[in-house]
Amino acid sequence: MQNTEPGNQHDIVARPLRHPGRIIAAVVITAILAWLVWSLISAPTVNHEIIFKYLFDPLILQGAALTVWLTVLSMAIATILATTLAVMKLSENVLLRIIASAYIEFFRGTPLLLQIVFWGYLGIIFPNIIIGIPFSNVVFFNQPTSVVITSFAAGLIALSLNEAAYSAEIVRAGILSVDSGQSEAAKSLGMSGWYTMRRIVLPQAMRVILPPMGNETISMLKSTSLLAVIAVTELYTTATQISSQNLAQIELLVVAAFWYLVMNTILGFPQRYLERRFGRGFTPQGGGLTRTTRVWSSKPKQTKAGASDER
Amino acid sequence: MNAKLTPMVRALSVKKSYGSNEVLKSINLTVHQGEVLCLLGPSGSGKSTFLRCINHLEGIDGGRIYVGDELMGYRQVGDVLYELHSKDIAKQRQSIGMVFQRFNLFPHLTALENVIEAPIGVAGIARQDAIAKAESLLAKVGLKDKANEYPSQLSGGQQQRVAIARALAMEPKLMLFDEPTSALDPELVGDVLDVMRDLAKSGMTMIVVTHEIGFAREVADTVVFMDQGVVVESGNPKEVLDNPREARTKAFLNSVL
Repeated sequence: MQNTEPGNQHDIVARPLRHPGRIIAAVVITAILAWLVWSLISAPTVNHEIIFKYLFDPLILQGAALTVWLTVLSMAIATILATTLAVMKLSENVLLRIIASAYIEFFRGTPLLLQIVFWGYLGIIFPNIIIGIPFSNVVFFNQPTSVVITSFAAGLIALSLNEAAYSAEIVRAGILSVDSGQSEAAKSLGMSGWYTMRRIVLPQAMRVILPPMGNETISMLKSTSLLAVIAVTELYTTATQISSQNLAQIELLVVAAFWYLVMNTILGFPQRYLERRFGRGFTPQGGGLTRTTRVWSSKPKQTKAGASDER
Repeated sequence: MNAKLTPMVRALSVKKSYGSNEVLKSINLTVHQGEVLCLLGPSGSGKSTFLRCINHLEGIDGGRIYVGDELMGYRQVGDVLYELHSKDIAKQRQSIGMVFQRFNLFPHLTALENVIEAPIGVAGIARQDAIAKAESLLAKVGLKDKANEYPSQLSGGQQQRVAIARALAMEPKLMLFDEPTSALDPELVGDVLDVMRDLAKSGMTMIVVTHEIGFAREVADTVVFMDQGVVVESGNPKEVLDNPREARTKAFLNSVL
Protein backbone atom coordinates (compact mmCIF):
# COMPACT_ATOMS: atom_id res chain seq x y z
CA MET A 1 0.00 0.00 0.00
CA GLN A 2 1.41 3.34 -0.97
CA ASN A 3 0.76 6.22 1.34
CA THR A 4 1.70 9.07 -0.91
CA GLU A 5 -1.70 10.57 -1.77
CA PRO A 6 -1.84 14.28 -0.95
CA GLY A 7 -5.23 13.74 0.75
CA ASN A 8 -3.53 12.04 3.68
CA GLN A 9 -1.62 15.15 4.70
CA HIS A 10 -4.70 17.29 5.44
CA ASP A 11 -3.02 20.46 4.30
CA ILE A 12 -6.30 22.24 3.55
CA VAL A 13 -7.64 24.18 6.52
CA ALA A 14 -10.73 26.06 5.41
CA ARG A 15 -14.00 27.20 6.98
CA PRO A 16 -16.78 24.90 5.77
CA LEU A 17 -19.28 26.35 3.31
CA ARG A 18 -22.56 27.28 5.06
CA HIS A 19 -25.84 25.79 3.92
CA PRO A 20 -28.63 27.93 5.47
CA GLY A 21 -31.23 26.45 3.08
CA ARG A 22 -30.71 22.98 4.50
CA ILE A 23 -31.24 24.13 8.07
CA ILE A 24 -34.43 26.00 7.18
CA ALA A 25 -35.80 22.99 5.27
CA ALA A 26 -35.04 20.66 8.18
CA VAL A 27 -36.79 22.96 10.68
CA VAL A 28 -39.89 23.37 8.50
CA ILE A 29 -40.25 19.66 7.81
CA THR A 30 -39.74 18.73 11.46
CA ALA A 31 -42.41 21.24 12.48
CA ILE A 32 -44.92 19.86 9.97
CA LEU A 33 -44.24 16.28 11.05
CA ALA A 34 -44.56 17.16 14.74
CA TRP A 35 -47.88 18.87 14.06
CA LEU A 36 -49.17 15.84 12.12
CA VAL A 37 -48.18 13.38 14.82
CA TRP A 38 -49.62 15.61 17.51
CA SER A 39 -52.96 16.00 15.71
CA LEU A 40 -53.20 12.25 15.36
CA ILE A 41 -52.36 11.62 19.02
CA SER A 42 -54.54 14.41 20.40
CA ALA A 43 -57.56 13.73 18.18
CA PRO A 44 -60.49 13.25 20.58
CA THR A 45 -62.00 10.70 18.20
CA VAL A 46 -59.06 8.30 18.65
CA ASN A 47 -59.19 6.23 21.80
CA HIS A 48 -55.65 5.33 22.82
CA GLU A 49 -56.74 2.82 25.41
CA ILE A 50 -58.40 0.73 22.73
CA ILE A 51 -55.22 0.83 20.65
CA PHE A 52 -53.12 -0.45 23.54
CA LYS A 53 -55.76 -2.97 24.52
CA TYR A 54 -55.74 -4.60 21.09
CA LEU A 55 -52.07 -4.19 20.26
CA PHE A 56 -51.23 -7.53 21.89
CA ASP A 57 -54.64 -9.11 21.60
CA PRO A 58 -54.30 -12.88 20.91
CA LEU A 59 -56.55 -12.63 17.86
CA ILE A 60 -54.46 -9.82 16.40
CA LEU A 61 -51.25 -11.74 17.09
CA GLN A 62 -52.72 -14.85 15.45
CA GLY A 63 -53.70 -12.75 12.45
CA ALA A 64 -50.16 -11.32 12.26
CA ALA A 65 -48.71 -14.84 12.50
CA LEU A 66 -50.94 -15.98 9.64
CA THR A 67 -49.84 -12.97 7.60
CA VAL A 68 -46.18 -13.92 8.09
CA TRP A 69 -46.93 -17.56 7.28
CA LEU A 70 -48.78 -16.59 4.09
CA THR A 71 -45.96 -14.25 3.05
CA VAL A 72 -43.24 -16.84 3.61
CA LEU A 73 -45.13 -19.67 1.90
CA SER A 74 -46.29 -17.70 -1.10
CA MET A 75 -42.84 -16.12 -1.63
CA ALA A 76 -41.25 -19.58 -1.44
CA ILE A 77 -43.67 -21.06 -3.96
CA ALA A 78 -43.45 -17.96 -6.17
CA THR A 79 -39.63 -18.04 -6.19
CA ILE A 80 -39.49 -21.66 -7.33
CA LEU A 81 -42.15 -21.04 -9.97
CA ALA A 82 -40.46 -17.78 -11.05
CA THR A 83 -37.10 -19.49 -11.54
CA THR A 84 -38.78 -22.16 -13.64
CA LEU A 85 -40.56 -19.51 -15.71
CA ALA A 86 -37.34 -17.51 -16.15
CA VAL A 87 -35.44 -20.58 -17.35
CA MET A 88 -38.36 -21.42 -19.67
CA LYS A 89 -38.32 -17.92 -21.09
CA LEU A 90 -34.59 -18.21 -21.78
CA SER A 91 -34.96 -21.71 -23.25
CA GLU A 92 -34.29 -22.56 -26.87
CA ASN A 93 -37.66 -24.30 -27.04
CA VAL A 94 -40.13 -21.90 -28.68
CA LEU A 95 -43.18 -23.48 -27.07
CA LEU A 96 -41.71 -23.15 -23.56
CA ARG A 97 -40.88 -19.51 -24.28
CA ILE A 98 -44.41 -18.79 -25.47
CA ILE A 99 -46.02 -20.53 -22.49
CA ALA A 100 -43.83 -18.63 -20.01
CA SER A 101 -44.50 -15.30 -21.73
CA ALA A 102 -48.25 -15.94 -21.85
CA TYR A 103 -48.27 -16.85 -18.17
CA ILE A 104 -46.41 -13.69 -17.24
CA GLU A 105 -48.65 -11.54 -19.46
CA PHE A 106 -51.80 -13.02 -17.99
CA PHE A 107 -50.93 -12.80 -14.31
CA ARG A 108 -49.39 -9.35 -14.57
CA GLY A 109 -52.16 -8.10 -16.80
CA THR A 110 -55.10 -8.79 -14.51
CA PRO A 111 -55.67 -7.26 -11.05
CA LEU A 112 -54.51 -9.28 -8.06
CA LEU A 113 -57.82 -8.64 -6.31
CA LEU A 114 -59.67 -10.19 -9.24
CA GLN A 115 -57.39 -13.23 -9.17
CA ILE A 116 -57.95 -13.69 -5.44
CA VAL A 117 -61.72 -13.62 -5.86
CA PHE A 118 -61.43 -16.04 -8.78
CA TRP A 119 -59.56 -18.64 -6.74
CA GLY A 120 -61.95 -18.07 -3.86
CA TYR A 121 -64.90 -18.84 -6.14
CA LEU A 122 -63.25 -21.80 -7.86
CA GLY A 123 -65.81 -24.09 -6.27
CA ILE A 124 -68.58 -22.44 -8.27
CA ILE A 125 -66.84 -23.18 -11.59
CA PHE A 126 -65.62 -26.65 -10.64
CA PRO A 127 -67.80 -28.02 -7.84
CA ASN A 128 -65.67 -31.17 -7.57
CA ILE A 129 -61.98 -31.80 -8.03
CA ILE A 130 -61.54 -35.10 -9.81
CA ILE A 131 -58.21 -36.65 -10.65
CA GLY A 132 -58.32 -39.64 -12.95
CA ILE A 133 -57.53 -40.74 -16.47
CA PRO A 134 -59.40 -38.51 -18.95
CA PHE A 135 -62.07 -40.12 -21.16
CA SER A 136 -62.27 -43.20 -18.93
CA ASN A 137 -63.97 -44.22 -15.72
CA VAL A 138 -60.77 -44.48 -13.72
CA VAL A 139 -60.86 -42.00 -10.81
CA PHE A 140 -58.14 -41.70 -8.19
CA PHE A 141 -59.48 -38.70 -6.33
CA ASN A 142 -62.88 -37.01 -6.09
CA GLN A 143 -63.63 -34.34 -3.49
CA PRO A 144 -65.75 -31.19 -3.33
CA THR A 145 -63.63 -28.19 -4.25
CA SER A 146 -64.54 -26.32 -1.08
CA VAL A 147 -62.98 -29.11 1.00
CA VAL A 148 -59.70 -29.24 -0.94
CA ILE A 149 -59.26 -25.54 -1.61
CA THR A 150 -60.01 -23.76 1.63
CA SER A 151 -59.97 -19.98 1.64
CA PHE A 152 -56.40 -20.18 2.95
CA ALA A 153 -55.37 -22.41 0.04
CA ALA A 154 -57.17 -20.19 -2.46
CA GLY A 155 -55.38 -17.13 -1.07
CA LEU A 156 -52.04 -18.89 -1.13
CA ILE A 157 -52.55 -20.00 -4.75
CA ALA A 158 -53.63 -16.53 -5.84
CA LEU A 159 -50.70 -14.74 -4.21
CA SER A 160 -48.09 -17.30 -5.35
CA LEU A 161 -49.21 -17.47 -8.97
CA ASN A 162 -49.42 -13.68 -9.26
CA GLU A 163 -46.09 -13.08 -7.57
CA ALA A 164 -44.37 -15.71 -9.74
CA ALA A 165 -45.16 -13.62 -12.83
CA TYR A 166 -43.40 -10.55 -11.41
CA SER A 167 -40.51 -12.48 -9.88
CA ALA A 168 -39.91 -14.38 -13.11
CA GLU A 169 -38.80 -11.17 -14.81
CA ILE A 170 -36.54 -10.33 -11.86
CA VAL A 171 -34.92 -13.76 -11.98
CA ARG A 172 -34.55 -13.55 -15.76
CA ALA A 173 -32.82 -10.17 -15.48
CA GLY A 174 -30.52 -11.68 -12.85
CA ILE A 175 -29.59 -14.62 -15.05
CA LEU A 176 -28.94 -12.31 -18.01
CA SER A 177 -26.68 -10.14 -15.85
CA VAL A 178 -24.16 -12.98 -15.52
CA ASP A 179 -21.38 -12.77 -18.10
CA SER A 180 -21.63 -15.43 -20.83
CA GLY A 181 -17.96 -16.27 -20.21
CA GLN A 182 -19.08 -17.89 -16.97
CA SER A 183 -21.21 -20.51 -18.74
CA GLU A 184 -18.44 -21.05 -21.28
CA ALA A 185 -15.89 -21.69 -18.54
CA ALA A 186 -18.36 -24.04 -16.85
CA LYS A 187 -19.00 -25.88 -20.13
CA SER A 188 -15.29 -26.22 -20.80
CA LEU A 189 -14.93 -27.96 -17.42
CA GLY A 190 -17.56 -30.51 -18.44
CA MET A 191 -20.41 -29.10 -16.36
CA SER A 192 -23.94 -29.84 -17.56
CA GLY A 193 -26.40 -27.05 -18.27
CA TRP A 194 -28.41 -27.64 -15.12
CA TYR A 195 -25.29 -27.89 -12.93
CA THR A 196 -23.97 -24.66 -14.43
CA MET A 197 -27.26 -22.91 -13.71
CA ARG A 198 -27.41 -24.14 -10.12
CA ARG A 199 -23.78 -23.74 -9.06
CA ILE A 200 -22.37 -21.00 -11.28
CA VAL A 201 -25.04 -18.76 -12.81
CA LEU A 202 -27.79 -18.52 -10.17
CA PRO A 203 -25.44 -17.80 -7.21
CA GLN A 204 -24.06 -14.86 -9.19
CA ALA A 205 -27.50 -13.80 -10.39
CA MET A 206 -28.63 -13.64 -6.73
CA ARG A 207 -26.70 -10.41 -6.32
CA VAL A 208 -28.97 -8.76 -8.89
CA ILE A 209 -32.11 -10.67 -7.89
CA LEU A 210 -32.08 -10.06 -4.13
CA PRO A 211 -32.70 -6.30 -3.83
CA PRO A 212 -35.87 -6.27 -5.98
CA MET A 213 -37.01 -9.54 -4.38
CA GLY A 214 -36.80 -7.79 -1.01
CA ASN A 215 -39.16 -5.22 -2.43
CA GLU A 216 -41.47 -7.95 -3.64
CA THR A 217 -41.51 -9.57 -0.20
CA ILE A 218 -42.49 -6.30 1.44
CA SER A 219 -45.16 -5.84 -1.19
CA MET A 220 -46.37 -9.41 -0.60
CA LEU A 221 -46.66 -8.91 3.15
CA LYS A 222 -49.03 -6.03 2.49
CA SER A 223 -50.89 -7.78 -0.36
CA THR A 224 -51.95 -10.53 2.04
CA SER A 225 -54.45 -7.98 3.40
CA LEU A 226 -56.36 -8.31 0.12
CA LEU A 227 -57.30 -11.82 1.22
CA ALA A 228 -59.90 -10.12 3.41
CA VAL A 229 -62.25 -10.45 0.41
CA ILE A 230 -62.21 -14.24 0.70
CA ALA A 231 -62.23 -14.20 4.51
CA VAL A 232 -58.72 -15.48 5.25
CA THR A 233 -58.23 -14.49 8.89
CA GLU A 234 -54.91 -12.70 8.46
CA LEU A 235 -54.03 -9.47 10.26
CA TYR A 236 -56.16 -6.99 8.32
CA THR A 237 -59.22 -9.27 8.23
CA THR A 238 -58.94 -9.89 11.97
CA ALA A 239 -58.59 -6.18 12.70
CA THR A 240 -61.65 -5.30 10.62
CA GLN A 241 -63.66 -8.15 12.12
CA ILE A 242 -62.94 -6.85 15.61
CA SER A 243 -63.73 -3.27 14.65
CA SER A 244 -67.02 -4.27 13.05
CA GLN A 245 -68.08 -5.36 16.52
CA ASN A 246 -66.65 -2.62 18.72
CA LEU A 247 -66.87 0.12 16.06
CA ALA A 248 -63.30 1.30 16.82
CA GLN A 249 -62.30 1.30 13.15
CA ILE A 250 -59.44 3.82 13.32
CA GLU A 251 -57.93 2.28 16.46
CA LEU A 252 -57.78 -1.18 14.93
CA LEU A 253 -56.34 0.17 11.70
CA VAL A 254 -53.58 1.76 13.79
CA VAL A 255 -53.00 -1.61 15.50
CA ALA A 256 -52.79 -3.38 12.13
CA ALA A 257 -50.55 -0.68 10.66
CA PHE A 258 -48.22 -1.01 13.65
CA TRP A 259 -47.76 -4.74 13.11
CA TYR A 260 -47.32 -4.41 9.34
CA LEU A 261 -44.56 -1.87 9.98
CA VAL A 262 -42.89 -4.04 12.61
CA MET A 263 -42.95 -7.11 10.37
CA ASN A 264 -41.59 -5.25 7.36
CA THR A 265 -38.80 -3.76 9.45
CA ILE A 266 -37.83 -7.20 10.68
CA LEU A 267 -37.82 -8.49 7.08
CA GLY A 268 -34.93 -6.13 6.36
CA PHE A 269 -32.52 -8.21 8.45
CA PRO A 270 -32.56 -11.46 6.49
CA GLN A 271 -32.49 -9.30 3.36
CA ARG A 272 -29.24 -7.65 4.39
CA TYR A 273 -27.76 -10.96 5.50
CA LEU A 274 -28.56 -12.58 2.15
CA GLU A 275 -27.20 -9.64 0.19
CA ARG A 276 -23.93 -9.88 2.08
CA ARG A 277 -23.82 -13.65 1.66
CA PHE A 278 -24.24 -13.50 -2.11
CA GLY A 279 -22.12 -10.38 -2.44
CA ARG A 280 -19.04 -12.37 -1.45
CA GLY A 281 -16.26 -11.91 -3.92
CA PHE A 282 -17.96 -8.89 -5.51
CA THR A 283 -17.03 -6.10 -3.09
CA PRO A 284 -14.32 -3.74 -4.34
CA GLN A 285 -11.56 -5.67 -2.62
CA GLY A 286 -12.94 -9.19 -2.87
CA GLY A 287 -14.56 -10.50 0.28
CA GLY A 288 -14.12 -7.22 2.11
CA LEU A 289 -11.55 -8.93 4.31
CA THR A 290 -8.56 -6.84 3.41
CA ARG A 291 -10.26 -3.52 2.92
CA THR A 292 -7.96 -0.67 3.82
CA THR A 293 -9.42 1.49 6.54
CA ARG A 294 -8.22 4.99 7.12
CA VAL A 295 -7.94 6.43 10.58
CA TRP A 296 -9.10 10.02 10.55
CA SER A 297 -8.93 10.84 14.25
CA SER A 298 -6.08 12.95 15.68
CA LYS A 299 -4.37 13.31 12.32
CA PRO A 300 -5.99 16.64 11.33
CA LYS A 301 -4.70 18.26 14.53
CA GLN A 302 -1.14 17.37 13.66
CA THR A 303 -1.38 18.79 10.18
CA LYS A 304 -3.13 21.92 11.42
CA ALA A 305 -0.18 22.51 13.70
CA GLY A 306 2.16 21.79 10.80
CA ALA A 307 0.28 24.22 8.58
CA SER A 308 0.49 27.04 11.11
CA ASP A 309 4.19 26.38 11.61
CA GLU A 310 4.69 27.03 7.94
CA ARG A 311 3.14 30.43 8.27
CA MET B 1 11.00 -34.41 -35.24
CA ASN B 2 10.63 -35.16 -31.55
CA ALA B 3 6.89 -35.88 -31.62
CA LYS B 4 5.78 -39.34 -30.56
CA LEU B 5 3.45 -39.95 -33.42
CA THR B 6 0.20 -40.55 -31.58
CA PRO B 7 -2.32 -38.04 -32.88
CA MET B 8 -4.19 -36.19 -30.11
CA VAL B 9 -6.18 -33.76 -32.21
CA ARG B 10 -7.12 -34.29 -35.82
CA ALA B 11 -9.01 -31.61 -37.68
CA LEU B 12 -10.19 -32.75 -41.11
CA SER B 13 -11.44 -30.05 -43.51
CA VAL B 14 -13.17 -28.16 -40.71
CA LYS B 15 -15.60 -25.51 -41.94
CA LYS B 16 -17.51 -22.94 -39.96
CA SER B 17 -19.66 -19.98 -41.01
CA TYR B 18 -21.62 -17.30 -39.25
CA GLY B 19 -24.40 -16.62 -41.73
CA SER B 20 -22.70 -15.83 -45.01
CA ASN B 21 -19.40 -15.11 -43.31
CA GLU B 22 -17.11 -18.13 -43.72
CA VAL B 23 -14.81 -18.05 -40.69
CA LEU B 24 -13.05 -21.38 -41.20
CA LYS B 25 -12.44 -22.61 -44.73
CA SER B 26 -11.40 -26.24 -44.61
CA ILE B 27 -8.85 -26.39 -41.83
CA ASN B 28 -6.63 -29.48 -41.74
CA LEU B 29 -4.41 -29.91 -38.77
CA THR B 30 -2.92 -32.63 -36.58
CA VAL B 31 -1.50 -32.25 -33.08
CA HIS B 32 0.39 -35.19 -31.65
CA GLN B 33 0.50 -36.26 -28.06
CA GLY B 34 2.89 -34.15 -25.99
CA GLU B 35 3.16 -31.56 -28.74
CA VAL B 36 2.77 -27.80 -28.27
CA LEU B 37 1.15 -26.05 -31.20
CA CYS B 38 0.98 -22.28 -31.39
CA LEU B 39 -1.66 -20.66 -33.56
CA LEU B 40 -0.67 -17.24 -34.85
CA GLY B 41 -2.51 -14.85 -37.06
CA PRO B 42 -4.15 -11.45 -37.28
CA SER B 43 -7.41 -10.89 -35.40
CA GLY B 44 -10.38 -12.21 -37.33
CA SER B 45 -8.28 -14.96 -38.88
CA GLY B 46 -10.45 -17.63 -37.23
CA LYS B 47 -7.85 -18.98 -34.81
CA SER B 48 -9.94 -18.45 -31.67
CA THR B 49 -13.02 -19.84 -33.39
CA PHE B 50 -11.06 -22.92 -34.41
CA LEU B 51 -9.93 -23.40 -30.80
CA ARG B 52 -13.52 -23.15 -29.57
CA CYS B 53 -14.58 -25.72 -32.16
CA ILE B 54 -12.15 -28.26 -30.77
CA ASN B 55 -14.06 -28.60 -27.48
CA HIS B 56 -17.36 -27.98 -29.26
CA LEU B 57 -18.09 -24.62 -27.62
CA GLU B 58 -18.92 -23.82 -31.23
CA GLY B 59 -20.44 -26.40 -33.55
CA ILE B 60 -18.86 -26.88 -36.96
CA ASP B 61 -20.59 -26.86 -40.32
CA GLY B 62 -18.33 -29.25 -42.17
CA GLY B 63 -15.48 -31.69 -41.63
CA ARG B 64 -14.58 -33.63 -38.50
CA ILE B 65 -12.64 -32.95 -35.33
CA TYR B 66 -11.24 -35.90 -33.40
CA VAL B 67 -9.72 -35.57 -29.95
CA GLY B 68 -7.98 -38.82 -29.11
CA ASP B 69 -10.19 -41.37 -30.83
CA GLU B 70 -13.39 -39.47 -30.18
CA LEU B 71 -15.31 -37.50 -32.78
CA MET B 72 -16.25 -34.25 -31.09
CA GLY B 73 -19.95 -33.47 -30.78
CA TYR B 74 -21.24 -36.31 -32.95
CA ARG B 75 -21.48 -40.03 -33.27
CA GLN B 76 -20.86 -41.49 -36.69
CA VAL B 77 -22.46 -44.71 -37.81
CA GLY B 78 -21.51 -45.49 -41.38
CA ASP B 79 -22.02 -42.24 -43.23
CA VAL B 80 -24.67 -40.92 -40.87
CA LEU B 81 -23.85 -38.38 -38.14
CA TYR B 82 -25.92 -38.28 -34.97
CA GLU B 83 -25.78 -35.23 -32.74
CA LEU B 84 -24.57 -36.15 -29.26
CA HIS B 85 -26.64 -35.47 -26.16
CA SER B 86 -25.34 -32.47 -24.21
CA LYS B 87 -24.39 -34.84 -21.38
CA ASP B 88 -22.08 -36.76 -23.68
CA ILE B 89 -20.55 -33.56 -25.03
CA ALA B 90 -19.97 -32.45 -21.44
CA LYS B 91 -18.25 -35.77 -20.86
CA GLN B 92 -15.97 -35.21 -23.87
CA ARG B 93 -15.08 -31.73 -22.60
CA GLN B 94 -13.94 -33.07 -19.22
CA SER B 95 -10.69 -34.27 -20.74
CA ILE B 96 -10.04 -30.97 -22.55
CA GLY B 97 -8.91 -28.03 -20.43
CA MET B 98 -9.48 -24.51 -21.66
CA VAL B 99 -8.01 -21.19 -20.59
CA PHE B 100 -9.71 -17.99 -21.71
CA GLN B 101 -8.46 -14.55 -22.59
CA ARG B 102 -10.71 -12.97 -19.91
CA PHE B 103 -9.87 -15.71 -17.33
CA ASN B 104 -13.58 -16.36 -16.61
CA LEU B 105 -12.93 -17.40 -13.02
CA PHE B 106 -16.09 -17.86 -10.98
CA PRO B 107 -16.15 -14.58 -9.00
CA HIS B 108 -18.36 -15.91 -6.20
CA LEU B 109 -15.88 -18.66 -5.34
CA THR B 110 -12.40 -18.40 -3.81
CA ALA B 111 -9.37 -19.52 -5.80
CA LEU B 112 -9.46 -22.93 -4.11
CA GLU B 113 -13.21 -23.29 -4.60
CA ASN B 114 -12.77 -22.42 -8.28
CA VAL B 115 -10.30 -25.27 -8.63
CA ILE B 116 -12.28 -27.94 -6.71
CA GLU B 117 -15.74 -27.17 -8.14
CA ALA B 118 -15.55 -29.35 -11.25
CA PRO B 119 -13.54 -32.24 -9.73
CA ILE B 120 -16.14 -32.60 -6.95
CA GLY B 121 -19.30 -31.73 -8.86
CA VAL B 122 -18.49 -33.20 -12.26
CA ALA B 123 -15.83 -35.87 -11.79
CA GLY B 124 -17.20 -36.99 -8.41
CA ILE B 125 -13.90 -36.86 -6.57
CA ALA B 126 -14.05 -36.86 -2.76
CA ARG B 127 -13.80 -33.37 -1.29
CA GLN B 128 -10.66 -34.12 0.75
CA ASP B 129 -8.83 -35.47 -2.29
CA ALA B 130 -9.98 -32.58 -4.46
CA ILE B 131 -8.71 -30.04 -1.92
CA ALA B 132 -5.35 -31.79 -1.61
CA LYS B 133 -5.01 -31.87 -5.39
CA ALA B 134 -6.10 -28.23 -5.72
CA GLU B 135 -3.59 -27.11 -3.12
CA SER B 136 -0.75 -28.81 -4.94
CA LEU B 137 -1.91 -27.30 -8.26
CA LEU B 138 -2.10 -23.81 -6.74
CA ALA B 139 1.39 -24.34 -5.34
CA LYS B 140 2.53 -25.40 -8.80
CA VAL B 141 1.31 -22.12 -10.33
CA GLY B 142 2.89 -20.18 -7.45
CA LEU B 143 -0.32 -19.21 -5.64
CA LYS B 144 -0.32 -21.44 -2.58
CA ASP B 145 -0.96 -18.48 -0.27
CA LYS B 146 -3.82 -17.11 -2.37
CA ALA B 147 -6.08 -20.17 -2.04
CA ASN B 148 -8.69 -18.37 0.03
CA GLU B 149 -8.76 -15.12 -1.90
CA TYR B 150 -11.60 -14.24 -4.24
CA PRO B 151 -10.76 -13.54 -7.90
CA SER B 152 -11.43 -9.82 -7.42
CA GLN B 153 -8.60 -9.77 -4.86
CA LEU B 154 -6.11 -11.19 -7.35
CA SER B 155 -4.19 -9.50 -10.15
CA GLY B 156 -4.91 -10.49 -13.74
CA GLY B 157 -1.83 -12.67 -13.89
CA GLN B 158 -2.76 -14.43 -10.67
CA GLN B 159 -6.32 -14.96 -11.91
CA GLN B 160 -5.06 -16.50 -15.12
CA ARG B 161 -2.80 -18.86 -13.19
CA VAL B 162 -5.75 -19.93 -11.02
CA ALA B 163 -7.68 -20.51 -14.26
CA ILE B 164 -4.87 -22.77 -15.49
CA ALA B 165 -4.93 -24.67 -12.18
CA ARG B 166 -8.72 -24.97 -12.46
CA ALA B 167 -8.42 -26.51 -15.93
CA LEU B 168 -5.62 -28.86 -14.82
CA ALA B 169 -7.67 -30.10 -11.86
CA MET B 170 -9.80 -32.14 -14.28
CA GLU B 171 -6.63 -33.94 -15.41
CA PRO B 172 -7.11 -33.10 -19.07
CA LYS B 173 -5.21 -34.84 -21.85
CA LEU B 174 -5.28 -31.65 -23.91
CA MET B 175 -5.09 -27.97 -22.96
CA LEU B 176 -6.47 -25.15 -25.10
CA PHE B 177 -5.24 -21.60 -24.48
CA ASP B 178 -7.20 -18.75 -26.05
CA GLU B 179 -4.89 -15.71 -26.00
CA PRO B 180 -4.08 -16.33 -22.34
CA THR B 181 -1.90 -13.26 -21.91
CA SER B 182 -3.68 -10.73 -24.14
CA ALA B 183 -5.69 -9.18 -21.30
CA LEU B 184 -2.72 -8.87 -18.95
CA ASP B 185 -0.53 -5.94 -18.02
CA PRO B 186 2.88 -6.46 -19.64
CA GLU B 187 4.68 -7.08 -16.35
CA LEU B 188 2.28 -9.92 -15.46
CA VAL B 189 2.67 -11.83 -18.73
CA GLY B 190 5.91 -13.51 -17.70
CA ASP B 191 4.47 -15.42 -14.72
CA VAL B 192 1.70 -16.90 -16.83
CA LEU B 193 4.09 -17.86 -19.64
CA ASP B 194 6.38 -19.51 -17.06
CA VAL B 195 3.54 -21.71 -15.88
CA MET B 196 2.70 -22.62 -19.47
CA ARG B 197 6.34 -23.38 -20.22
CA ASP B 198 6.52 -25.77 -17.23
CA LEU B 199 3.31 -27.40 -18.38
CA ALA B 200 4.74 -27.92 -21.86
CA LYS B 201 7.90 -29.44 -20.38
CA SER B 202 5.79 -31.87 -18.33
CA GLY B 203 4.53 -33.31 -21.61
CA MET B 204 1.07 -31.76 -21.81
CA THR B 205 -0.45 -31.53 -25.27
CA MET B 206 -1.22 -27.85 -25.82
CA ILE B 207 -2.82 -25.67 -28.47
CA VAL B 208 -2.06 -22.03 -27.81
CA VAL B 209 -3.59 -19.08 -29.64
CA THR B 210 -1.14 -16.30 -28.91
CA HIS B 211 0.55 -13.11 -30.02
CA GLU B 212 3.66 -13.92 -27.97
CA ILE B 213 6.10 -14.69 -30.77
CA GLY B 214 8.93 -15.22 -28.28
CA PHE B 215 6.96 -17.87 -26.44
CA ALA B 216 6.03 -19.59 -29.70
CA ARG B 217 9.65 -19.63 -30.83
CA GLU B 218 10.86 -21.09 -27.56
CA VAL B 219 8.13 -23.54 -26.55
CA ALA B 220 6.19 -24.55 -29.65
CA ASP B 221 6.91 -27.74 -31.56
CA THR B 222 4.78 -26.49 -34.40
CA VAL B 223 3.70 -23.01 -35.36
CA VAL B 224 0.63 -22.54 -37.51
CA PHE B 225 -0.08 -19.24 -39.19
CA MET B 226 -3.73 -18.61 -40.03
CA ASP B 227 -5.32 -15.82 -42.03
CA GLN B 228 -8.88 -15.35 -43.27
CA GLY B 229 -9.98 -18.80 -42.21
CA VAL B 230 -7.21 -20.82 -43.83
CA VAL B 231 -3.90 -22.26 -42.65
CA VAL B 232 -1.40 -20.20 -44.59
CA GLU B 233 1.76 -21.82 -43.33
CA SER B 234 2.83 -24.31 -40.71
CA GLY B 235 6.01 -25.96 -39.60
CA ASN B 236 8.59 -25.83 -36.87
CA PRO B 237 8.99 -22.40 -35.28
CA LYS B 238 12.37 -21.66 -36.83
CA GLU B 239 11.08 -22.17 -40.36
CA VAL B 240 7.84 -20.29 -39.96
CA LEU B 241 9.05 -17.44 -37.75
CA ASP B 242 12.53 -16.87 -39.17
CA ASN B 243 12.15 -17.89 -42.79
CA PRO B 244 8.47 -17.55 -43.66
CA ARG B 245 7.68 -18.65 -47.19
CA GLU B 246 4.37 -16.89 -47.59
CA ALA B 247 4.01 -13.14 -48.11
CA ARG B 248 1.09 -12.92 -45.67
CA THR B 249 3.15 -14.56 -42.90
CA LYS B 250 6.00 -12.15 -43.55
CA ALA B 251 3.68 -9.15 -43.42
CA PHE B 252 2.13 -10.33 -40.17
CA LEU B 253 5.45 -11.05 -38.48
CA ASN B 254 6.78 -7.66 -39.53
CA SER B 255 3.75 -5.94 -38.01
CA VAL B 256 4.04 -7.86 -34.72
CA LEU B 257 7.79 -7.79 -34.14
